Amino acid sequence: MSGTFLGMPAFPEAARAAVRDATLRANLRHATHTIRDKRARAVAELDDWAELREAGKRIKDHTLRHLDHYLLRLEEAVTAAGGTVHWAADADEANRVVTRLVQETGEREVVKVKSMATQEIGLNEALEAAGIRAYETDLAELIVQLGRDRPSHILVPAIHRNRGEIRDVFRTEMGRWGRPAPDGLTDSPAELAEAARLHLREKFLRAKVGISGANFMVAETGTLVVVESEGNGRMCLTLPETLISVVGIEKVVPTWRDLEVFLQTLPRSATAERMNPYTSMWTGTSGGPRGEGDGPRAFHLVLLDNGRTDTLADDVGRQVLRCIRCSACLNVCPVYERAGGHAYGSVYPGPIGAVLGPQLRGTQSALDASLPYASSLCGACYDVCPVAIDIPEVLVHLRERVVEGGEVTRRGVRVRLRPARGHAAERAAMRAARWVFGRPGALRAGQRLASRTRGVHPRALPGPGRAWSASRDLPEVPAEPFRDWWRRTRTEAARTGTAPTEAGKAVRGE
Amino acid sequence: MSDRDVVLGRIGRALGPRPRDPDVTYEDAVARAYRRGPGDGARERDSGVLDLLAENLADYRAVVHRADGDGLADLLARLLAARGARRVLVPPGLPPTWLAEAAVEQVPDRAADTAYDLDRVDSVVTGCAVAIAGTGTLVLDGSPDQGRRRVTLVPDHHVCVVRVPDQVVASVPEALGRLDPRRPLTWISGPSATSDIELDRVEGVHGPRTLEVVLVSGV
Ligand code: SF4
Repeated sequence: MSGTFLGMPAFPEAARAAVRDATLRANLRHATHTIRDKRARAVAELDDWAELREAGKRIKDHTLRHLDHYLLRLEEAVTAAGGTVHWAADADEANRVVTRLVQETGEREVVKVKSMATQEIGLNEALEAAGIRAYETDLAELIVQLGRDRPSHILVPAIHRNRGEIRDVFRTEMGRWGRPAPDGLTDSPAELAEAARLHLREKFLRAKVGISGANFMVAETGTLVVVESEGNGRMCLTLPETLISVVGIEKVVPTWRDLEVFLQTLPRSATAERMNPYTSMWTGTSGGPRGEGDGPRAFHLVLLDNGRTDTLADDVGRQVLRCIRCSACLNVCPVYERAGGHAYGSVYPGPIGAVLGPQLRGTQSALDASLPYASSLCGACYDVCPVAIDIPEVLVHLRERVVEGGEVTRRGVRVRLRPARGHAAERAAMRAARWVFGRPGALRAGQRLASRTRGVHPRALPGPGRAWSASRDLPEVPAEPFRDWWRRTRTEAARTGTAPTEAGKAVRGE
Repeated sequence: MSDRDVVLGRIGRALGPRPRDPDVTYEDAVARAYRRGPGDGARERDSGVLDLLAENLADYRAVVHRADGDGLADLLARLLAARGARRVLVPPGLPPTWLAEAAVEQVPDRAADTAYDLDRVDSVVTGCAVAIAGTGTLVLDGSPDQGRRRVTLVPDHHVCVVRVPDQVVASVPEALGRLDPRRPLTWISGPSATSDIELDRVEGVHGPRTLEVVLVSGV
């Protein structure tokens, strides 16, 4: 299973490097602060925000509780509307299915709409291995692809790049992929957007195969929804002859009417807009009885598990499957702001990455064991989350798993994890905790962000987390058994020196 | 075992036995305490729904015009002339009177046309299915006065005519109630834009860079 970036060090090592990079920090600070205030204003415009958030949470919880039922209904509806549904238990199978579907069209290139699911499974690399070139068409994805870079944010994968760096990437790289950047390109955002428009246009116009994800899938109607800004999504969804959508199984909602909740909460949480510029909805191939000839002639939906059912099997952890990938939790996170998205080592950075990654992939690797510690538990992520995922609760739960081991489900099978005690994973986790504790700024900023909605947050957390949450305001180390663990590992580290250990050289998924 | 069976089996084991009919529990499970109808929300009280629509459209850089039924053809002619549009895409069911005064070549959207053909027109004029005041959104559903999705995508200039007050609703829930999910739908809120450079909104990427909206009454 691909999952983390190749050779990614555990969180603390990567974070330390990021903090030394002054440009990266300035870029992140600027972008996250800009969006934070705007989001707050966009949310304040709706006087029923709390009710929308509650409804979003309940719709997702209900769907997850009956996930098999709604997936079957979705399959039926998509099939009835002329689409073909494929199932993929893991990344490899999803990649095989998509590669085969593209090969069957005889095409050697595809245009892609930004999609977390296809990044998660490493689809571009799989296609490339089969001699198929995938063009990313989202502006930020294009910047990442041209710069041979890695994404660092869910919504704005090139958030770590400022306008000057983007201009440099366009100038040097665009020509290798197609139409070069215009002469004399400056770093004005409008000119950069125009350069991307010109560069990608020829690709859209000739594309025969489009690949997308989806933000929502409606079980009762078989409708898929893609929310976007630039119009590259519309291009990829409507111009090609064949459309392949790879979507995580947790993206299904029961009814058409459920969209009325998420289409209000997602744009305001994501880009702080009342509504994003473009949203496309389509059902199967024909677009219904009268939409004849509108859009792709063939539509394939690939339903992706890849660790989601394992996450579903965990009573505490399954709430992360409610996530609608808005990225609001990244934008308010004091640790993300300082560490940068790359430190999280996979396509899912920030608070959601710290709870989703270790569940999708397991906590055995040093990176995944360290991620639950990449947080001060300040709770700002929970406050802004439009589906009320209690990220601190899940972080504490995962810490417990790293420290104490216990029953988990991996690839559908119950297994007992041993405690991380004495392993590289444990040392990485410990260093992540120390990294956060060693940053009073990260802790203080977090506390300032904790807002009025704290009142509905569970005050005490289960297990060792209870002690942890009791002392959340203090950069003090909490009580048993976490404290024991912390003390022991810290003295151990002091004894052995704090130089990066072999744990720092981990790992690629499992 | 197929991947379908594998995934469904894993879900079944993860969740254990559950009530047989989830649809029955659905209504109870999902409280809908949020506003669904034409609200008494602060912004809707302060300005009428139509003004709110105009304000929110303009806030995201759509250019808003108003006309009555008699003035529509004249206004459309002026907008296209001001743009310098010579070739204008026309959906099959656009009322012929709308462009009666425009001195432009009217280009139909034929199934055989390629995206390259569409790329050679200057503007497109359409109607819409619903407009949402609270978000400044136009929804197109592929009806004959709106055409295929691609006609409002490839040209750089889109003029969208909204029949007021009939086609205007206050909120997203009301809009969904009016729409047919079996039709291909495009929700448009302002011209194409991106937030990808330093998380700041810049207008004008792949979709039409100029969106003009005509709120027409009495048609
Ligand atoms: S966890 Fe919540 S806030 Fe974070 S991306 Fe997911 S939905 Fe958004």
